[in-house]
Amino acid sequence: MINFLQGLFQLRRGPWEMIASILIAAGVFMLMQPYKLELYTYSFVVTLIGTVMFIIVSHFRD
Amino acid sequence: MSNPDSSETTARTTPGNFKSAVTGLSDRAIAWIFVAPTIFLLLAVNIFPLIWTIVLSFTNYRVNRPNRDVEWVGLKNYQRILTDNGTWETMQATAHFLIWTIVLQVLIGFALAYLINKKFKGNDLWTTIIVLPMMLSPAVVGTFWTFLYQPQIGLFNYLVTFFTGADPASFSMIGDKHLAPWSIIIADTWMWTPFVMLICLAGLRSIPDSIYEAAECDRASRWRQFWTITFPLVLPFLMLAVLFRGIENFKMFDLVVQLTGGGPGNTTTLTSIDLKREAFEKWRTGQSSAYAVVLFVTVFGLASIYVKALNKVKDR
Repeated sequence: MINFLQGLFQLRRGPWEMIASILIAAGVFMLMQPYKLELYTYSFVVTLIGTVMFIIVSHFRD
Repeated sequence: MSNPDSSETTARTTPGNFKSAVTGLSDRAIAWIFVAPTIFLLLAVNIFPLIWTIVLSFTNYRVNRPNRDVEWVGLKNYQRILTDNGTWETMQATAHFLIWTIVLQVLIGFALAYLINKKFKGNDLWTTIIVLPMMLSPAVVGTFWTFLYQPQIGLFNYLVTFFTGADPASFSMIGDKHLAPWSIIIADTWMWTPFVMLICLAGLRSIPDSIYEAAECDRASRWRQFWTITFPLVLPFLMLAVLFRGIENFKMFDLVVQLTGGGPGNTTTLTSIDLKREAFEKWRTGQSSAYAVVLFVTVFGLASIYVKALNKVKDR
């Protein structure tokens, strides 16, 4: 956990990519889940933030 | 036979100004000249339509009314799509179709590849027979399965009757709203399992026999050999197959249109069918562009994390 937080503060690729991946996965789940319309409504924003974040952080140092 | 003097002749006949222009260029510039047509084509065919779609998604443009003034509507198209119950149901239908086709195709495809990988008589013939459905056109497969699903004459209903004893005319795979989503899953699985099988087969055949021989020497059981050798080494191939099938099935259109036409009701209306209706039946070009952007970002995001996971597995 400490390594993860350190990686975040030092702008390392691994932890940031993980956050971006979680956001994308959450966004896709929200888009296709059958439970709440509100989740579906905000799914695109979450996926978009995750995808853009993924593109940016994949250029960070390892 | 080439003439040895031909290069000299070409050099002599080349206009002087062109020759000096070319010889004055750096290697990098010459490389750019060769690559430029391809880059231009890519920009024209891939990048420009993408940017144009994003621009259109913020307007009320309708392609059937080209003379009407185009207004900038901001995020209204996105808001409409992301609050619409019908589109939400379409997403759910797509998720159901995606998850089940991938699960079934991976399980059956891997099992078939595992069996075909064993050496037996008629191995090549069986491989060819199994691969046949993949070679057919989706329109043909759609028509073919429409007949198979016919309650009166369809072979599928008689097969179900054979195993369950139910009356063949008592259910309609395409007409029933609970069964129709499964009808497209079965047809797609039938058609595309061979593709997954071929990829898995490539993975299985890439494993050297020496690894299994070493495992035999260590008295590893078949079960242990499968979980510690076969599965980890085939996993990257399996993941690749899931990626290909996932992206393809997210765009699934032709087979479903031919088979159910999106019905009954909207139970088998997948996103690509809904998108086509929005764009070319209701002529809401702006709104359908926003829809396309939503789908693009979703597939792009998913593919990004998937490729990352694939690279991790390959690096292990």
